[in-house]
Amino acid sequence: MNAAMASNSSGGGSDRQRIAQQRLRIIAGHLRRPVDVDSTILAAECKAQDSKTDVSSEGKTVPRRRQEIMKWNGWGYSDTKFLFNKKGQAEFTGKRYKLSGMIMPALKDWLEDTFGTNLQHKSPATPILTSSAVQPPTLNEAFVEELKSTGIPFSHDAEDRVFRAHGHCLHEIFALREGKVGRVPDLVVWPNCHNDVVRIVELACKHNVCLIPYGGGTSVSSGLECPPEETRSIVSLDTSQMSRILWIDEKNLTAHMEAGIVGQDLERLLNESGYCTGHEPDSMEFSSLGGWVATRASGMKKNIYGNIEDLVIRVKMVTPQGVIEKSCLGPRMSTGPDIHHFIMGSEGTLGVVTEVTMKIRPMPEYQKYGSVVFPNFEQGVACLREVAKQRCAPASIRLMDNEQFKFGHALKPQVSSMFTSFLDGLKTFYITKFKGFDPNCLCVATLLFEGHREKVLQHEKQVYDIAAQFGGLAAGEDNGQRGYMLTFVIAYLRDLGMDYYVIGESFETSVPWDRVLDICRNVKLRIIQECKDKGVQFQPLASCRATQTYDSGACVYFYFAFNYRGLSDPVHVFEEVEHAAREEILANGGSLSHHHGVGKLRKEWMREAVSNVGMGMLKSVKDYVDPNNIFGNRNLL
Amino acid sequence: MTDTCQHSGGAGPENEEEFVDILEERRLRSDLGHALRTFRPSPYKGGPSCSAADLPKIVLESQHLRYVVKEIATETGASPEEVREEASAILEEMSQNLQLGFIRLLGYIFTKVFKRLFTSINVNMEGLKALQQAIQESPVILLPNHRSYVDFLVISYIMFTYDIPVPVIAAGIPLAGMKIVGAIIRRSGAFFIRRAIGSDKLYWAVMSEYVRTIIKTGFAPLEFYVEGLRSRTLKSLMPKLGMMHMVLEPYFKGEVYDIQLVPISLSYDRVLEESLLALELLGVPKLKESTTGLLKASKVLQDDYGIMHVNFGRPMSVRRLCRGKINLRQYNLIPRDLPQKPRAEAQACVSWLAHLMVRIQEEGSLISPWSLMACLLLQAPTAVLTEQGLPWHQLTEKTIWLRKLALDFGARLNWPAQVPDPDVMSSAVALHHSVVRREAGRVYLVREEEPERKRPISPEEDVIRSAAAVLMMVSYRNQSLHLFVRPALLATAIGVTKTAQRDELFAFFCFLRDVFSNEFIFIPGESSQDFEEACVLLRKCGAVHISEQEVTASDAGLEALSFLQALLQPFIDSYQVMFRFLCEDKVHVFAEKQFLPAVRNLATKLILSGELHTYETLSSDTQKNVLSALRRLETLAKLESSEQNEYRVVNKAAVRRIGDILSGKIPPQMLQAAPDAKL
Repeated sequence: MNAAMASNSSGGGSDRQRIAQQRLRIIAGHLRRPVDVDSTILAAECKAQDSKTDVSSEGKTVPRRRQEIMKWNGWGYSDTKFLFNKKGQAEFTGKRYKLSGMIMPALKDWLEDTFGTNLQHKSPATPILTSSAVQPPTLNEAFVEELKSTGIPFSHDAEDRVFRAHGHCLHEIFALREGKVGRVPDLVVWPNCHNDVVRIVELACKHNVCLIPYGGGTSVSSGLECPPEETRSIVSLDTSQMSRILWIDEKNLTAHMEAGIVGQDLERLLNESGYCTGHEPDSMEFSSLGGWVATRASGMKKNIYGNIEDLVIRVKMVTPQGVIEKSCLGPRMSTGPDIHHFIMGSEGTLGVVTEVTMKIRPMPEYQKYGSVVFPNFEQGVACLREVAKQRCAPASIRLMDNEQFKFGHALKPQVSSMFTSFLDGLKTFYITKFKGFDPNCLCVATLLFEGHREKVLQHEKQVYDIAAQFGGLAAGEDNGQRGYMLTFVIAYLRDLGMDYYVIGESFETSVPWDRVLDICRNVKLRIIQECKDKGVQFQPLASCRATQTYDSGACVYFYFAFNYRGLSDPVHVFEEVEHAAREEILANGGSLSHHHGVGKLRKEWMREAVSNVGMGMLKSVKDYVDPNNIFGNRNLL
Repeated sequence: MTDTCQHSGGAGPENEEEFVDILEERRLRSDLGHALRTFRPSPYKGGPSCSAADLPKIVLESQHLRYVVKEIATETGASPEEVREEASAILEEMSQNLQLGFIRLLGYIFTKVFKRLFTSINVNMEGLKALQQAIQESPVILLPNHRSYVDFLVISYIMFTYDIPVPVIAAGIPLAGMKIVGAIIRRSGAFFIRRAIGSDKLYWAVMSEYVRTIIKTGFAPLEFYVEGLRSRTLKSLMPKLGMMHMVLEPYFKGEVYDIQLVPISLSYDRVLEESLLALELLGVPKLKESTTGLLKASKVLQDDYGIMHVNFGRPMSVRRLCRGKINLRQYNLIPRDLPQKPRAEAQACVSWLAHLMVRIQEEGSLISPWSLMACLLLQAPTAVLTEQGLPWHQLTEKTIWLRKLALDFGARLNWPAQVPDPDVMSSAVALHHSVVRREAGRVYLVREEEPERKRPISPEEDVIRSAAAVLMMVSYRNQSLHLFVRPALLATAIGVTKTAQRDELFAFFCFLRDVFSNEFIFIPGESSQDFEEACVLLRKCGAVHISEQEVTASDAGLEALSFLQALLQPFIDSYQVMFRFLCEDKVHVFAEKQFLPAVRNLATKLILSGELHTYETLSSDTQKNVLSALRRLETLAKLESSEQNEYRVVNKAAVRRIGDILSGKIPPQMLQAAPDAKL
């Protein structure tokens, strides 16, 4: 039994009972005007549910002590990683993924050919975190005393603090691997419910303590970095224990969740009730609902389900000025500027998102992967544009460039039978020799269709017909499925690269259709040129893919990595190249960010991105909501 | 020599480039074999290849053209189909039709002709190699200077010979009108543009789309003359910006990653058109380009034209050049296909770049001994040259001295090291037998034979006769002017103002630079650098001492300073004559057509009366430059309504003031010191 079903069934039983309960709730709502009354009731709820979650604790992915299951200086689970086994073959360890336990014979050659790496030249990480590397915490005694009295769990253990001092930017992970730790939070606190958060924020205001909300820790915008200039005690507010589904409304197809729930739990739990949100960002294993809201996240299947701003019905956020929320669950409102848009994308600068009401959908009856090979990237983009024009995009459609296509091949697991390998050979022969595709130009689109079986098949035909107009050849379900699976393992691969002097990062933008090709070409060339100018000794990997289509443009993802052997300050070089790449993106009409957010990494361009007045508007909101900069992560503004 | 004045970077005279005579091999092997050689160019790798036949289709179907067609249809009431037809016709008139067969045919003819005309055609192989590389990496723009009709033929010929894709060339439409030749030139890759496009929106749209498409698709290297025209005076012309902007737009709009600019300096020992040019400058109308005209010119082919140098500059990345000069995000908010007026920032950037290219062409050109001799000959009174002649030893001694000065200034000299100096100079004079002759140890100016006439020649006619010869010599002097002009401005500033104060000299320097910026090429906004360069060079040759506050002439430097000041004197004198003319009470509104002969008459009178010592005032080029300068300085206005070029004197007082400053009547303290300040 899980939280979702529990809360649902607690209201269950007969219709009469449900209606009675609902009336009670409405009446209670009328009565609950004054804030403190409201909070006492919620506090009671909070406790009641506490016991329930204990029951379903095995359903929860993220423990308080993240180090129990996750790496402290790399991506994901401790038991899962790429390595080269004794035979020198690449292997993916663990049991969690489809690829787990498999051998990828082509990966070694790909790494060597692409980056000039050599298995003899290793750059291993510092194995364990030495506590002496971590500054002792600056504690605000009065705050700690009062916090203790609330009974909300907290810790100032060095490991706990280091875990919450970073996201997954290259420079952050690189520093950890070298055992270097900068400014970290002085205290970590684990609120259990909305009310706990209210109390923590009150105390923080009272004692002038800096709060940094922490959800899944997957930020790639330096959003979690502690500002080095911060002199106050920094408290990391970890929402991971607020991860319950509070109710599911089957009539209106909405669900109400605590904001700390991570994507995989949310989907799994909803699936058990036959529902889904359909919001699947690539980081969904670890990223949290609150984080999605705070960064304006986007999911892979947004074509059907929408991005986070389309999915959210109501948000509750605790700020130094109190709680901000809407008064109803109406599907759309004309009540001035939408206050949700102050919350979405606020990146933890205004408060903590504690609860979210979100649209849900019945789970799709049928899912089908697919893929199309195009002779070149230009044709592929033209096809995506046409698909967008006809508004018939499948749940997901992504176009990888030639470099990524080759990379995908490198991750093909060892085939068990001669027959499959023979078939693969035949396919390759057909495409390159018979159809005349240049293996150094061709690119692949991966597709995911969802819905009713018949409609999916119909839809599929429509999309393949369009693809055919642009010289595309259907390349099977397997290729498609592997493409999507790779999304989850690619982050692990960076850690492998870093063991062999390869550092890399991905970054994204959104851009009008007519500029997609230009931006892809120019940014890739800029990366290559900058690497050369900055003394990188090896040819870098610069690759891209179009991951989302919109009516008027697309989201483009860039991957960039290089072998840093011979560089004295590789991270600095890396950051300079990344900076140049962003300049190039902006010069070519791309946005500052499509969904990663601004954080501190892209702050310098913010004013230009939204104009002086826009900046002033955002600042004045910040000044009103948080005049003492309690939420002091200094993101965005 | 500092790096600041060597824009072309590594290719300075310190590391003199190796030039190879490309005719040498031709003289040894079969011309036909050369014409039929296997041509294996390595084209641009970046773009989808596009055939010549596709080009017009891509242009006509472009969003940009569709938009303009629709707009014009709405404005004129014509149907879009009609406008499209018109666009199609324009495109047909314009299009090149590059065919390898014709390149081969021309290759064959050119080998024959070039071998006859030139002793050698020297090409820097390193530059050619760099070009070959650049062409594979990005779209390339070839920017030769324009001194002769032969220019573009020579470049295509070299490209063909060395397996480099043959360029598509922007040519003036009059060439297209020539029978057969027009067709041949078209087939060798030229496309034709009208001279005065003005406000013809459709023409402008077709042409710019055509150019953009060539660049975006990397169809072929594009070649055009940044100076716009063939320089009649062999002096660099102020760059024209329209084509330059068109060419850079694909980069500004992110349609290509980069564009490489390759300035090319062609230097002729002797220009085929020399005598025609002088006559043209004196008001004898330009012969319309016609095939028969060309055939008549074939007697030209009997003569020797010495050495020709083709110096390929290093490819320069537009991306690097424009860094920090233009914010490309301005192109992101309006669809790129819509016709847009370039913003001030873009215009400034294009202008800067265009000027820079001309400067690099100047720096890359080779200065012949004859050009140095012409500088010196022109400083002798014309009467001396025509009557008693200049002692040969005097000329040669002075030339050797000037060679030293030129080398100090960083010149690329074409002075053969293995030949004794006297022989070098003798053969220079021999090559230019049409301008000077050496007789009994003296050098004389060659004037056209007096025609047999009944009546004696009038003094005015005699002036023109001398002028033709002088102007020919002037154009050879002009070949090396760019080398001396900055120090000459400073020398003049020192000479006129008699001050040593650095800031006052700088102010006067800026004033001169401003007045003469139609005459010489100065990069906009770089007056401080120019001044700095002038100071450094004058110090280097020992002409001045420089301290923080002062620039003082040294005793040893008087020779150099007076030479430099004298070099600029004809320009100052000519400008003064025209200022004087414009300040006359009766002059208010005038057409260019009236101005030119009026000034010519006035100058002739002044020359005869001994008041004016230079014949350069008679050159229509100088005359037109004065008009442009005064227009730029907002003392003259061009009448918008007028069909002919009509001008109105807006501010006589200002014209007078410029004249007074120039003659030193107004002290330099009265000038603003701000760089590039408008007067």
